[in-house]
Amino acid sequence: MLRVQNLTKIYEGGVLALDNVNFEVPRGQFLAVIGLSGSGKSTLLRCINRLIEPTSGKVLWNEVDVTAASEEELRLIRRKIGMVFQHFNLVHRSSVLTNVLAGRLGYVNPAWSIINRFPKEDVEKAMKQLARVGIAEKANQRADELSGGQQQRVGIARALMQDPAMILADEPVASLDPVLAHSIMQYLELINKEDGVTVLCSLHFLDLVHRYAHRVIALNEGKLVFDGLPEEIDDNRFKEIYGKDAERVG
Amino acid sequence: MNKKPSIFKSLRLGLIVLFCLIVYAYGFQVTQVSFKEISSQRRQESLTRVLRALARPDLIEYKQEETIIKTSIYVPCPESEIPSIEIDKSKPYLVLTPACSEPRKQIQIEGYNFTPKSDGSLYFIPPSEVNLNLGTFTADEKGYFSVMVKVPPRPDTAVQYIHAVSLQRTGSPILTQTAKDTWGKIVETVFLALLATTLGVIFSVPISFFAARNLMKEVTSTISALSLSILGWPVGIAIGVIVTRWVNNQSDILLNNSWLALLLIIVLCAVIWFIVRWALPQEETQRPKFTLRVVRLITLGISGIMAIMIAIVAAKLTMKAGVSIISPLGVFGFLGTFLSNMGEIIKTIMPLAVGIAVGALVSNMFGKAGKLLYLRINPSLHLIANFILGGLAGATVFITISFLINWFYQINDPFKIYTIPGLIGALCGVALAMWSRKQDAIPTGMAIYYITRTLLNATRAIEALIWVIIFVVWVGIGPFAGVMALSLHTVAALAKLYSEQVESILPGPLEAVRSTGATRLQMIIYSVIPQIIPPYISFTMYRWDINVRMSTIIGFAGGGGIGFLLYQNINLMNYRAASAQMLAIAIVVALMDYLSSYMREKVV
Repeated sequence: MLRVQNLTKIYEGGVLALDNVNFEVPRGQFLAVIGLSGSGKSTLLRCINRLIEPTSGKVLWNEVDVTAASEEELRLIRRKIGMVFQHFNLVHRSSVLTNVLAGRLGYVNPAWSIINRFPKEDVEKAMKQLARVGIAEKANQRADELSGGQQQRVGIARALMQDPAMILADEPVASLDPVLAHSIMQYLELINKEDGVTVLCSLHFLDLVHRYAHRVIALNEGKLVFDGLPEEIDDNRFKEIYGKDAERVG
Repeated sequence: MNKKPSIFKSLRLGLIVLFCLIVYAYGFQVTQVSFKEISSQRRQESLTRVLRALARPDLIEYKQEETIIKTSIYVPCPESEIPSIEIDKSKPYLVLTPACSEPRKQIQIEGYNFTPKSDGSLYFIPPSEVNLNLGTFTADEKGYFSVMVKVPPRPDTAVQYIHAVSLQRTGSPILTQTAKDTWGKIVETVFLALLATTLGVIFSVPISFFAARNLMKEVTSTISALSLSILGWPVGIAIGVIVTRWVNNQSDILLNNSWLALLLIIVLCAVIWFIVRWALPQEETQRPKFTLRVVRLITLGISGIMAIMIAIVAAKLTMKAGVSIISPLGVFGFLGTFLSNMGEIIKTIMPLAVGIAVGALVSNMFGKAGKLLYLRINPSLHLIANFILGGLAGATVFITISFLINWFYQINDPFKIYTIPGLIGALCGVALAMWSRKQDAIPTGMAIYYITRTLLNATRAIEALIWVIIFVVWVGIGPFAGVMALSLHTVAALAKLYSEQVESILPGPLEAVRSTGATRLQMIIYSVIPQIIPPYISFTMYRWDINVRMSTIIGFAGGGGIGFLLYQNINLMNYRAASAQMLAIAIVVALMDYLSSYMREKVV
């Protein structure tokens, strides 16, 4: 159970990115976050694991106050929250396997990281996750030799290495073509269904929302303007979320 | 077009031109530009001489054979007739016209049958057998020459001699002494650059992380954590130094038997291996209990002491072994010297290194404790704790600084160097504690960033050529001083270049690794380092290039290398030798340039 209470983020320079946002996500839900570019979707997702420090408000995860956690506690919280990014955020020059193993960093002893050592079980686990997303044979290639869709699968495998209870996906398919987009979304759906992982996923296309999400929240200029089922977004709601001039595509 | 602005414009242009004229005129004056000097006869003659000498680098010579051909001369002419001399016309011979001469008169010396195209010198030899140089000659294709010389005044009428010393090249060309010296020094130069670059890289890589804004910006701490980590430094350094000294004293007993010492090292290594395996599990899902963590910490501390013991014993053994293999190895004896030097270096810097390491460790632990303090104690006590800790830390910092100042200026008044700075520091600490109550995080990282940057910039502003002056005083004239000076400058320059590369890495992967719950160290290892390897390598190559060029002139200030030789030869106006060294520099720099660009292409 994730509870976001009165979450506000004001960036340096006075830009109001999140304005008093309140919502709850029950365990195991697939929640889509929609809104225009710059509406605060990325900020919201990053405030949940404090990659961005919220200005005020609270994030409670399984009744633990994330916003009040010390650095050490935050590490323990973060390692249970996987994250998938729009631009994949792989380390280009490292191998695919190393990128996936990086998902384990919250668990391994930092002292062993100095000499770049992971336990055997972790390496086996990484190979298993790569097999799960269908790119086991690429394990020893450099990450930047992979295509966009393959890179995002590495990103998902990295998140899975964390044994996550929740995955934050920040526009995971925005840099991919529609066919690849569905394949990536299907992996997220699979993880949500099979492993019971809560998924918070910001999306651009409404058809993807309809197809994959259990529930939708919408942001407009940092305010929560919609919270309900995907089917409930009719034309009026749509204009409320995306502005008067917006037209539906897809 | 409007007329008025156009007038204004041309007026402005005129003023600009006038201003530029004045600037350049003044520039001419201060830089003493003088075309009179350039065109003067005397200057042009010396220029020609120097350029011609430079065009003939003193690299190759031929073994030369001297043949001395003698003839007699009377100065002044004797009253009796000159005794005629038998001339063997199959051999080289000299003919004087006239055969006797008044002092200070000109006579003609002709030579026949000399080796064609050979050079030689003419000497006037009085009975005292002092060689008076009369001039040089060059024989033509037929071995003939004719030279007019002035006869020197003589005190008596005894018979004098004229010698023609003819020089002939024999055998194949050989390298001159200058060429040999140049070769030795250019090798020294290349290795000087190599050592300086290596040393510079070793130090500048870690420093570069402290000078990277994007990494340091996030490092903030509470006043209690900051104060405790400041207080942790002296405590840690003291512990480290004391422990190392103790271990050092103990190790002497063990070293009586080298084999026993070697056995000890192996046993200790194994023990440490098992301790580390136990105390640092690779992965833990649950946070261990407090008591277990304390026990682990203590065992790790003990294994740390063992590691110090290993290092010291190993260093001393290396010294011993190095010295003992110098003579058996013969030509490769320098390997033994290297080993014993390395052992000595390790032994010498051990207390310092351990002190810094333990200082950092204790400071880190104290800092963590400081953060915990906030969470554990009653909030009403925060302020009091902040005041006490902030005051103590401030006093520590100020007393340390004033201690350094005192070292330079020798004030030696305990009241001035300890009491006053201590009080001021404590006040500053308390003030900081009061100010930071509102914003509970102090930007420690940015403070370190600015301090590092300032120190780097100051060090970099002073050229290696000037640093070498200080090191010459410390380690004496020679290449070692050059290595030290170049290393120092390399550290400052490379750390800056490196840190800018760290600042320009992609933030995405960093964010991704952070989101997995990685520590800051892990973030650097798994996200920063893979990204900076190519630019680091290419900057290192570039710096090596610069160091080769710098090392060629560092000898001007006493820093060894080929510059030392070049400087001497220029001062002695030995331009042909200087030319040889300049040629060597040009070749080496060009080769290094080619090599480094080739390697950069291969690696990056």
